[in-house]
Amino acid sequence: MQIPYEVTARPDTGVNNAKLGIWLFLASEVMLFGGLFAAYVFLRIGADAWPGMMMYGTETMAERADQILNVPLATLNTMILIASSVTMVMAWASLKMDRFNRYKLYMGLTILLALGFLVVKGFEYGDKFDHHWYASTNNFLGVYFVLTGLHAIHVTGGILVNAYFWGPGTKLWKQGTARDKAHFTNRIEVAGLYWHFVDLVWIFLFPTIYLI
Amino acid sequence: MEEGHSHSDAHSAHKEGFWRKYWFSTDHKVIGLQYGFTALLFLLFGFGLMLLMRWQLASPGVEIPLLGALTPEMYNQFGAMHGTIMVFLGIVPLAVGAFGNYVVPLQIGAPDMAFPRLNMASYHFYFWGGIVMLSSFFVPEGAAKAGWTSYPPLADIETMGQTMWLWGMVLLITSSLLGAINFIVTIIQLRAEGLTFFRLPFFVWAQFITAFLLLLAFPPLEAAGFLQLADRLLDTSFFLPSGLVTADGPLDVAGGGSPLLWQHLFWFLAHPEVYVLILPAMGIVAEILANNTRKPLWGYRLMVYSVIFLGFLSFIVWAHHMFITGMGTTISAFFQVTTMIISIPSVVILSALMITLFGGSIRFNTAMWFALGFLPMFGIGGLTGLPLGLAATDIPLHDTYYVIGHFHYVVAPGTIFALFAGIYYWFPKVTGRTMNETLGRIHFWGSLAAMNGIFFPMLIQGLPGVSRRLFDGGLTYSFSEGVLHYNVIMSVSAFVLLLFQLPFIINFFMSIKRGKKVKKSNHWEATTLEWSAAPTPPIGHGNFATIPTVYHGPYEYSVPGHEQDYCPQEVPIALPTSDTAKSVES
Repeated sequence: MQIPYEVTARPDTGVNNAKLGIWLFLASEVMLFGGLFAAYVFLRIGADAWPGMMMYGTETMAERADQILNVPLATLNTMILIASSVTMVMAWASLKMDRFNRYKLYMGLTILLALGFLVVKGFEYGDKFDHHWYASTNNFLGVYFVLTGLHAIHVTGGILVNAYFWGPGTKLWKQGTARDKAHFTNRIEVAGLYWHFVDLVWIFLFPTIYLI
Repeated sequence: MEEGHSHSDAHSAHKEGFWRKYWFSTDHKVIGLQYGFTALLFLLFGFGLMLLMRWQLASPGVEIPLLGALTPEMYNQFGAMHGTIMVFLGIVPLAVGAFGNYVVPLQIGAPDMAFPRLNMASYHFYFWGGIVMLSSFFVPEGAAKAGWTSYPPLADIETMGQTMWLWGMVLLITSSLLGAINFIVTIIQLRAEGLTFFRLPFFVWAQFITAFLLLLAFPPLEAAGFLQLADRLLDTSFFLPSGLVTADGPLDVAGGGSPLLWQHLFWFLAHPEVYVLILPAMGIVAEILANNTRKPLWGYRLMVYSVIFLGFLSFIVWAHHMFITGMGTTISAFFQVTTMIISIPSVVILSALMITLFGGSIRFNTAMWFALGFLPMFGIGGLTGLPLGLAATDIPLHDTYYVIGHFHYVVAPGTIFALFAGIYYWFPKVTGRTMNETLGRIHFWGSLAAMNGIFFPMLIQGLPGVSRRLFDGGLTYSFSEGVLHYNVIMSVSAFVLLLFQLPFIINFFMSIKRGKKVKKSNHWEATTLEWSAAPTPPIGHGNFATIPTVYHGPYEYSVPGHEQDYCPQEVPIALPTSDTAKSVES
């Protein structure tokens, strides 16, 4: 039994099954993060003060988010993620050009950059804990930890998927028929769509939480 | 719990081939049956919880055999879990997981679902979600007690069962997300040659829109679930306002959150969820009505447009569940208007189904009886909803038994009747045998009477304002004096309903082994692909010997000039001679 349109696009819809599937999945993810952003707006509108009664430095009351959160580190992380999106596209393009070694290089870079993102994130969290700032401190920090935490889980998921396609998943490509290669390339494209989405969520999270 | 054990026990005795074939199967038909059996067991279990509650309501404090007297805590657990189990573990998995999985690929001429392994995963997420929900009865202080809606701040400070409820919901949401993606991709990508969107059976359309609702409405509840988990496990206060005091004194949290936020996120899912409960049922009824009236469905395109419109609109009516939260008259006005508008497509669909009956030579079989029963019962459910959609009339009726009566009319004699109809209708497809008609009719008429005996008095009880959550059924309130005696009628009816499910259970298992064998593949002489192109019962993976080509719409019954009174979708309509064709036209 063969499911039709696993690799090639259905002529009248113009997509293969997996690509349509990932777009639908991303639509549901938009609703997930949309719900969370809506919750953020709702809580912030109802709050007396945002970020709330928090000291920063020695004696000053914080008035803006960037006095609590580390904007330079987050900017660095933004650039890391954008760079990883670029290498992800390069990985896919390498497969399109049938250059497997290049693919391994770019996919490896994507994974390393994503790990770098998590390490920076870890430093950020650690710094908050040093100040005894936790998710339970107030809703500003609650939103910060839960939204960036869920995003970090998405990053971790992406790393796992990409690591699979960097390592054991390459078996499909190595089988070597044109169909297998096309199939593998499709998978990287689909993984890439997910990865760009994770990147995009961060692009929204960064200004919403850190800057405004 | 019971089905969890019986499954794993029954399976561990067999060798691996058996596991692969029946438990970790990737065949949509096996997965459909897995969903079906699990969901039916959950329905029975949820029904059992309700019987215990009805016992308590009719005779407060009287001991139940084997269990003893119900405590208020137990009553609250049963109430919360009855709702959760019926909606998320019973009806949706049966309507979407079972019927959708089994029938949709066959009706569109597909060899399987687009992602068979994802399909398997979604069943297993559902199964384990159910196990987590059931095992929460055994954690300290029992299962969730904050109602199936889990409103904070109560749910935030509840016992461990509530955390289990949230984890269970996360699994169930994952399951339905994977399922929804699979259905949409399957319907868009795997339609047979010639099966354009306006040639899809209405059942497929209903499942298609349902899948979109599941896909887009569930994630906000997942977001809310994560926030409530954070409230419970990380001590955040997303849903906890400042200055909250409980019996143990002031709550030691930061505060500043909003209980209303949960209600918005919850109902953003849960209103579309209402249509998830009803659309597949309408789809099943449409199939059966067309088949048994031997007429094309009246206004097929109108019904399709209505169901699409209804799907869109269901995303902007959610706050009609929240009129008494004090969210403001402007917002109430908006949601009243959208709520009134959304009743239009529902009425259009129901009217089209009624008009389909007009002038038909109706075959009365059990499936048809249940489908016919659906129409007035859903009608009562829908019409009693109108007063709840208007803020002025909703305020006195809110959270009373009137509400309970209203949505049970929609879901119980509405959706569940349609699901029974589907079981009787597609049973020959699955097994190659028919179910017993006599037992089927006893099942139908008994259930119809008992269901009305349970739910109609609820509408009456709600009018003086008997609250839905009272442990003693209103015994201690003077305003419920005049309607208190209905509790006995309702509870007796509930046990009568149980009694009338016995013919169904007997019939179901007996017919699998001993039912009358169908003489031909297309037992009901239907036009849709699952009957005419695929063998009955269907063979393993693959469904079709050759993928059929479709030539015309789904309901070509009684085509004038055609020799049979039905014309299957994969057979071109060939009129005998051009002379007769002309005479028909003129």
